[in-house]
Amino acid sequence: MTAPTAADVPPPVPRLAKRRGVELSLLVCAVLVSVYGYAGVGLAKSGAVPPDATRHGAGLGLLALLAHLAVRKRAPHADPLLLPIAVLLNGLGLVLIHRLDLETPHSGAAATQLVWSTIGVGLFTAVVLALRDHRVLQRYAYLSAASALALMAVPIPFPAVNGAKIWIRAGGLSFQPGEFAKILFAVFFAGYLAANRHALAYTGRRVWRLQLPTGRVLGPIVAIWLLSVGLLVLERDLGTSLLFFGLFVIMLYVATGRTGWIAVGLLLAAAGAAAVGSLEPHVHSRVQDWLHPFASIEAGQGPGQLAQSLFAFAAGGMLGTGLGAGHSILIGFAAKSDFILATAGEELGLAGLTAVFLLYALLVARGYHAALALSDPFGRLLAVGLASILALQVFVIAGGVTGLIPLTGMAMPFLAQGGSSVVTNWVIVALLIRVSDSARTPRPAVESDAITPVRTGSR
Amino acid sequence: MIRYIRRAAACCLLLLVALLVNAARVQVLQADALDADPANRRTTLARYGQPRGDILVEGDAVTGSKDTGQPLRYERTYTDGPLYAPITGYASQVYGTTLVEAAEDPVLSGTSPLLKPLWGGLTRKRQRGGDAVTTIRAGVQRAAYRGLAGRRGAVAALEPGTGRILALVSSPSYDPGRLSGTGRAVKGAWAALNADPDQPMLDRAIRQTYPPGSAFKIVTAAAALDAGAVTDVDAPTTTPDPYVLPGTTTALPNEADGCGKASLAYAVVVSCNSVMAHLGVKVGLPGILEAVGRFGFNDTRLRIPSGVARSNFDRKMGPDQLALSSIGQFDTTATPLQMAMVAAAVANGGELKYPYLVERTTTARGTTVAQNGPRTYRQAMNPTTAAQLQRLMVDVVEKGTGTNAAIPGAKVGGKTGTAQNGVGNRGHPYAWFISWAQAADAGQPAVAVAVVVEDAEANRADISGGGDAAPIAKAVMEAALAE
Repeated sequence: MTAPTAADVPPPVPRLAKRRGVELSLLVCAVLVSVYGYAGVGLAKSGAVPPDATRHGAGLGLLALLAHLAVRKRAPHADPLLLPIAVLLNGLGLVLIHRLDLETPHSGAAATQLVWSTIGVGLFTAVVLALRDHRVLQRYAYLSAASALALMAVPIPFPAVNGAKIWIRAGGLSFQPGEFAKILFAVFFAGYLAANRHALAYTGRRVWRLQLPTGRVLGPIVAIWLLSVGLLVLERDLGTSLLFFGLFVIMLYVATGRTGWIAVGLLLAAAGAAAVGSLEPHVHSRVQDWLHPFASIEAGQGPGQLAQSLFAFAAGGMLGTGLGAGHSILIGFAAKSDFILATAGEELGLAGLTAVFLLYALLVARGYHAALALSDPFGRLLAVGLASILALQVFVIAGGVTGLIPLTGMAMPFLAQGGSSVVTNWVIVALLIRVSDSARTPRPAVESDAITPVRTGSR
Repeated sequence: MIRYIRRAAACCLLLLVALLVNAARVQVLQADALDADPANRRTTLARYGQPRGDILVEGDAVTGSKDTGQPLRYERTYTDGPLYAPITGYASQVYGTTLVEAAEDPVLSGTSPLLKPLWGGLTRKRQRGGDAVTTIRAGVQRAAYRGLAGRRGAVAALEPGTGRILALVSSPSYDPGRLSGTGRAVKGAWAALNADPDQPMLDRAIRQTYPPGSAFKIVTAAAALDAGAVTDVDAPTTTPDPYVLPGTTTALPNEADGCGKASLAYAVVVSCNSVMAHLGVKVGLPGILEAVGRFGFNDTRLRIPSGVARSNFDRKMGPDQLALSSIGQFDTTATPLQMAMVAAAVANGGELKYPYLVERTTTARGTTVAQNGPRTYRQAMNPTTAAQLQRLMVDVVEKGTGTNAAIPGAKVGGKTGTAQNGVGNRGHPYAWFISWAQAADAGQPAVAVAVVVEDAEANRADISGGGDAAPIAKAVMEAALAE
């Protein structure tokens, strides 16, 4: 490469096209695929295209258009894949929930989910419009941690639902505040680690090959993390504990580059899992279900949820039974929430399931891609954190329902029934849109580091 | 930091790969085992998720399917359920399937690979249920059912030249439709039917065996003629009256007069026990076993396609037992279908055709997927023997014990039987009649029939094959000769 001669040399950022047109056409495709699925369910169940298919499509299209216009206005350089993937997954989720609604009369879960999706897209739009620069968030790292802890403490006075105290109910709507806490934690970890990563990596005593940071640096993060996990154990929400732990380890590793953290993290996770798995009866039964999914059949009590889920996946085979033609409702009450993937596996087959996994993978990959292209450590860590939240959630719940790992209740992002989940995931995508916009905007982002009050550094 | 971001991304990729590999394991490698798990209700749901194919009699469906809107959606219905129950059996959500419903279940329920188009291996989609076309003739079936009139008994009718089953009736019968569905009524019906002392769900035509009594003498006569124990049917034999069972002091009584040294012809026409028992002993156990085997006795694998109960002729016996067995007593038992096969073998010149009930199976659109045709079971006897026995059977109807079966204008051959029953013969005897009929202008017999009546209400003295069973056989033969 020849050296530049001019003094006003452009920054070494690759020029990227905005690709808003690509986003719009992908959005049209995503909406069409959803409407096609909706019509397919109607055809399979009652032999006719549902009369409200156009209205359904128009509603989804309107939401997508709203989000697209917000992105066009305030994040014109954002990654064009993020929004269409989110719309497609959300649309597919609505189809699957609607399809299961048909098996459970007097259930309007799909309508409720549509309301929550609308709120989610509304929040997405608000975040994209209001948050001009993601680095602003770094200022609120500690506030985020405090609000996250507060949110997680809220459900404690409320009664437990299916063994977990993670819901608050008001006016017929239930909400899981812990869902939203994960974004706040990602913000806190990113802010704290961006400021203290050198101290974490290079100061403190060296024990064997591991560099132990001083308590002053490590203290706050461990304290807050312990508080959060303690709260979760109180509420018996082990899926989210696992998620927080994974998120913490990944972000610590990315910030400090110490492989030791991964090892320590995995060891701690294994020890914790073993302890909780053998002591806590709720978790112990989950582990037993995972090890022996057909034990209840042999005991003459009929197949349990996990066995029913495996039956559903098997019934799908390679190509699936087709939307509306499966029997995943046999799974029971969690079919629309934790086990929504079983319906996808049965009716869309391994082919459809692979497509769904690849959509998530693409979403995660675009998050990591933005992290690589960003130049500020906070943004990088935030992008890594948000992408990892998605990846870990997908792994924990998909691994659980397919029998790869013990089942811990968690929502499949965008697909599963659950208001707080879908709203939270829309905010995650909004933040990813924001950071990817920064990453792809053809101007150096280094100068603006000055606005951040905490100490930063860059490699 | 770039390096660590890349590694973290690789870690996430690894998680995805683990998910995909595991999904493939469940959905491809373990799919068949999970599908086959008895606790997996999908098989049942799929089975009842579409209308079942029909069983046809002379082109009309005698079954139907009713959409209930329940999870096990389609229920079986039966038109003339009690009439056709010994053919169709039942198809119940709770109690499974029997008879043709069971034997042709893959076609009727749509799982048979025969129903799939060539490219069908690719999709796991279930085909629409196909139909089973039976050989039953509605008129013959009705005549037999009316003839029994609710008395305990059974009728089997065959076309001797082909083996096609024209009628199978068991009485008293039941409506298999009562067992369709899942409700409490079904369980109640099941309990009531099983508790009924008349055993309405027992298919007496193919699943119940009775001592055949004197009707079995046709088999003994065929064995004796084929073995050369008798060379001239009209020549006197050496049997004294009374005949003392070999090795015992027990004298075998005759109901008929003039059985001393009677000819085979006379012995068949008036049904002499002594002559036939003696002939059986004369032929010997190996010869008799060989002969009864050619008629289908001791065959455990007879399928029409429903399994037929094994008709028994003991393989190890002393001469006295062989003598009793030769007149259809002792441990000798036969299904009504087996005795219809005996009559059919005589009528068809000695060649016994394999009996069959399902003519063909078709797709839902009527395209044939499998076909049954006439097959030879065995050459049961020499053609000359058959011709001699035909003459004797005609004599039975014209001037012997079977005059009640005579049909004006048709050649009818028959043989009565009255089998003792119960400990010390205190039970009511079974009345048998086996016969065949040939229209005057026809080249070969149109029908062979076996009728058994186990009438507990009748006075014991009144029961005889000629009195009770022959009129039913006559009605069945008339129905078969019509057209």
